[in-house]
Amino acid sequence: MEQTTLNIIVVGLSFALYFGIAIWARAGSTSEFYAAGRGVPPVLNGMATAADWMSAASFISMAGLIAFVGYNNSTFLMGWTGGYVLMAMLLAPYLRKFGKYTVPEFVGDRFYSQTARVVAVASLIIMSVTYVIGQMTGAGVAFSRFLEVDKTTGLYIASATVFVYAVLGGMKGITYTQVAQYCVLITAYTIPAVFISLQLTGNPIPSLGLFSEHTASGQPLLTTLDGLLTDLGFNAYTTGSSPWLMALFTLSLMIGTAGLPHVIIRFFTVPKVSDARWSAGWALVFIALLYLTAPAVGAMARLNIMTTMWPDGVEGEPVAQADLPDWFNTWSVTGLLAVEDKNGDGLIQYYNENNAGMAEMAAERGWAGNELVTFNRDILVLANPEIAQLPGWVIALIAAGGLAAALSTAAGLLLAISSSISHDLIKSVINPNITEKGELLAARISMAGAIALATYLGLNPPGFAAQTVALAFGLAAASLFPTLMMGIFSKRMNSAGATAGMLAGLISTCLYLFTFLGWFFIPGTNMLDNTAANYLFGIPPTHFGPVGALLNFAVAFAVSRVTAEPPQEIQDLVESVRIPRGAGAAINK
Amino acid sequence: MAEKANNSEYWAANVRLVTLCLVVWALCSYGFAILFRPMLSGIAVGGTDLGFWFAQQGSILVFLILIFFYASRMNKLDKEYGVDEE
Repeated sequence: MEQTTLNIIVVGLSFALYFGIAIWARAGSTSEFYAAGRGVPPVLNGMATAADWMSAASFISMAGLIAFVGYNNSTFLMGWTGGYVLMAMLLAPYLRKFGKYTVPEFVGDRFYSQTARVVAVASLIIMSVTYVIGQMTGAGVAFSRFLEVDKTTGLYIASATVFVYAVLGGMKGITYTQVAQYCVLITAYTIPAVFISLQLTGNPIPSLGLFSEHTASGQPLLTTLDGLLTDLGFNAYTTGSSPWLMALFTLSLMIGTAGLPHVIIRFFTVPKVSDARWSAGWALVFIALLYLTAPAVGAMARLNIMTTMWPDGVEGEPVAQADLPDWFNTWSVTGLLAVEDKNGDGLIQYYNENNAGMAEMAAERGWAGNELVTFNRDILVLANPEIAQLPGWVIALIAAGGLAAALSTAAGLLLAISSSISHDLIKSVINPNITEKGELLAARISMAGAIALATYLGLNPPGFAAQTVALAFGLAAASLFPTLMMGIFSKRMNSAGATAGMLAGLISTCLYLFTFLGWFFIPGTNMLDNTAANYLFGIPPTHFGPVGALLNFAVAFAVSRVTAEPPQEIQDLVESVRIPRGAGAAINK
Repeated sequence: MAEKANNSEYWAANVRLVTLCLVVWALCSYGFAILFRPMLSGIAVGGTDLGFWFAQQGSILVFLILIFFYASRMNKLDKEYGVDEE
């Protein structure tokens, strides 16, 4: 059977499953639309959270990020998992006890201020909209690559699918489709990884294979990889540089993760406070299944490339252009991969031409530069089944898995956006007398509007799309996380302090990013070059989150000490949030 | 008043537990995996050192253990202080 036909069948089946769930999980009330009726069992919520969290970037790009940098990019692995420890201990259980539907609602009520509420809505919308653009374009790319439709058509199909289950089912529909999407994506990720690990090390568990002996060379896999890389002028895989910057970036990702509203609201769907705690653990179990495998996929794929290009080792001759494996030729068609025989010897030399130390060897052996001219990092995961020579249905599963990862994250983000519009702006600020039925309708219309906006932005991505993830994490770290934490852990924190702190974090982070990356990321408008010499204390803009968070804390404490303490009923509210008893009362209120 | 005192004792116990967990959290990720890696470089793990293992596997496993440990300790504390959900 044609590979494309097989892809269409597998992706079609997975979509039929999502539609089936959408019809079964229709939302009949605002409680179901915003919080799935608070009836989601903790294990299932953990699974849904994992799908919500792991985006197209985690699924497709992360292994490549690690493969081409090695140890230094471990920051992504630790940062994107360690944030769950903060969320489980500092935010999730107490926000679940609070028993409302959205993150800005907590900020507004706890700080008894419509200004604080609106600032929280604004930062939520900025970070979620920037994040969702990447998901929509990711879904479009996955469609076009695997199903041979063009990107625009792919994007419309993706939007229509999300529309069906998100508008119909709200959080309830999204939760149960996310559970299904998690199962699809983890199966798709694990199968090729297991086979590659078996081929290289004989160990079926990739995380163990990573530290095992490489069967072909008789040495540990990482030793072999380090040796090949350094012989060809690349940095060794296992060595690192600038530990303090690594630590700061990890911290930035961790705080950012803990402050992302679309993940936080997932914990509002479980029945009890104790369930919220368990659920955070389960979420990390399901995330770890992918995150523990990804570094193994990265290192093994890198080694596979090195040995494909240098079948007889660095001392021998490199691969001949005519002998390149089939997957190489298949992926050359997509433009993600390209070779160029610069010295016309029919062989393909792959080495680090930017390393001055390589010049002598290159001159001696008649090399005219690196001949593997393009190698897109995403290929590592996309072409994994072909590299491991697995059957066509595994390739089809990767297609379904990539789409599941993009759609599940997009849906979670869209819900966070639409609920803060219908609940925090319409119900709390504009029209407090709206009926339950009216609010449910408003929620559905906001959802449809958010999908339309995301589709539009996916079709016409702003030029700064690549920087937006840094913005989303920076804002989450600098604005929402500190404010939520102080709302729970400091009874003395008042409205003036929290609002001033949130604005300080928000504005300082935006200014620092804009200074180096351009105003609103418009190229050419940056005031300083984005180079280490210009950084404040050597901190790159992508690492600024913790500094913004620190400013938020400092300003909030200073302002709250010189202004009146919060009224008694707010102090009572904080006390009640800290105690699990009574969380059940929030059900279906 | 007794209830209030009980509740603030419960909260203090929670804060102590969170602090303990976060010390371990920071030690394994920022410590063993990054800043203290040179000190652990003598301990070999499958072709590299312990710090590399912590950076790509160990810290994630420790995070998992921490969350489940915290959840089970807190659920016990809830009952001890009589603030659990019926």
